[in-house]
Amino acid sequence: MGLWQRLVRWARVKSPWILHFNSGACNACDIEVLAALCPRFDVERLGMLLKGSPRHADVLVCTGPVTRQVARRLRRIYAQIPAPRFVLAVGTCAASGGVFRGCYNVLGGVDEAIPVDMYVPGCPPRPDAIIHGAAQLLAALARSGESAAGQPYAGTARGAAGGGATAPGGRAPAGDGQPAGDSEGRVAP
Amino acid sequence: MSRIQVPIGPQHPALKEPENFTLTLEGEVVVDALARIGYNHRGIEKACEQRTYSRCVYLLERICGICSHSHTTCFVQAVEEIMGLEVPPRALYIRTIVAELERIHSHLLWLGVAGHEVGFDTFFMYTWRDRELVMDLLELISGNRVNYAINNIGGVRRDLGPEAAEGILRALPVLEERTRYYQHVATNDSTFLARLQGVGVIPYQQAVDLCAVGPLARASGVDADVRRDEPYAAYGEIPFNVITHTGGDNLARAVVRVGELYESIGMLRYCVEHLPDGPIAVRPRRRVGPGEAISRYEAPRGEDIHYVRANGSDRPDRVKVRAPTLANLPTIMQALRGVHLADVPITLASIDPCFSCTDRLVRLAPAGGGDGKVWTWAQLRDYGIRWYGGKPDGWR
Repeated sequence: MGLWQRLVRWARVKSPWILHFNSGACNACDIEVLAALCPRFDVERLGMLLKGSPRHADVLVCTGPVTRQVARRLRRIYAQIPAPRFVLAVGTCAASGGVFRGCYNVLGGVDEAIPVDMYVPGCPPRPDAIIHGAAQLLAALARSGESAAGQPYAGTARGAAGGGATAPGGRAPAGDGQPAGDSEGRVAP
Repeated sequence: MSRIQVPIGPQHPALKEPENFTLTLEGEVVVDALARIGYNHRGIEKACEQRTYSRCVYLLERICGICSHSHTTCFVQAVEEIMGLEVPPRALYIRTIVAELERIHSHLLWLGVAGHEVGFDTFFMYTWRDRELVMDLLELISGNRVNYAINNIGGVRRDLGPEAAEGILRALPVLEERTRYYQHVATNDSTFLARLQGVGVIPYQQAVDLCAVGPLARASGVDADVRRDEPYAAYGEIPFNVITHTGGDNLARAVVRVGELYESIGMLRYCVEHLPDGPIAVRPRRRVGPGEAISRYEAPRGEDIHYVRANGSDRPDRVKVRAPTLANLPTIMQALRGVHLADVPITLASIDPCFSCTDRLVRLAPAGGGDGKVWTWAQLRDYGIRWYGGKPDGWR
């Protein structure tokens, strides 16, 4: 690896600016993400700075299950982040849909819509856990310099219909129609 | 002057949750505002019908993470009313303690967000630092910082030990001192005053006409508070004042919330000192009803209403939630008219909006009719997939 690439990787690990997006969360994870940015926990120690625009961000911190209405906006916001981009899914809902899995207006976890690099489980995860997840993401970044989800995102295509993005575990992000429960769409109690 | 439309959201630095507002501007001044809600709609009310009552409590807690205790208390009160359960007084006091702690954490959170919206980030950092004191107490009492899950049908899940009681009494003087400082900032700091005073004014009559609730209504001089007007939990026994203000502007809303912080601190002290002995829960039956009940609760953002209909099985037949932000949205759309574009974030924030609470399904049927059709879970799911599946990517 050349000096230039090493310099870029160093800069990338030292100043990961984040964009926080609520894709249908209950606010619990959101206030814990904000608490992690505040004096008691202070994730800014790691160079993380909250930004208002996706175009300024490197890391998308996504909370909550993805509702059907918000899925397209989430994909658009993801496409607006300059590459290489990373996604931190905060909370059980963001990982799998959580208590809302199977609800008629819920698509599922964040990885149903966009590729995810790191999951932070918990309902909601404590700010310490979020910082741990962020540190893990940075460590992975320092090792490989690439997004764990790998492929560049196909951009405006709906879901992964255009090919390209693959969530960790080789599972292709589903289109809108994937039922999470049985044939009636009901999740077992 | 020609008019332009400015879309705000679903992703916008001024919004903490995805929601869309379309503002029509004439120069710098907003002449019309339109809200498009539903980005956070998850279908919780329908999901309740698939779950047993005790599981519903945990689902309804996740309507909103900031006022999670409000929704569970409101729901369990309704179910307890249908069942005719007599909840032990100690449980009612513990519910009240958690409710007031939640109000303090929510109001501190709001003060910080208000500071952030007017570009006063130091204030944001201060209030959120002090808020951690409350979060520690909530963790001590319930075991979790957010989503406390303290409520059960028939009582509470955890007792309040001497350690927690002592912790509350120790933290209250600190919170009181900090609140005094916030009051000083909110009423004296020139930048804060310049951004808040006279902005987003809602006169008394308008607040009444548009059915505003909570601190928004009280800041316009509407003397209404469910805790006093229709006491639930232990509020009937606790002395407190309802804070009102006649200003009707953003500053009045800040002052009302700071005043409520004082009241909550006083109520907490009273609750801990007068905590009755006895059991913390009674055992409920699994099957409920048939019957129906409406329960009201003064959440930090205003009056929360839950309607529960039981059909004699172990699952509710219908649960309906009316969250305070939904009631306040028409008022704030009115308040936005006439403010400058730069004041839109703070004016929107002045109702302490919580869109994850708001985004319930509302169907407006013509009076005296409607087709009376009830959709099943699977039908709703198919409809959602069809509706969002067939739209092009840029569809809004």
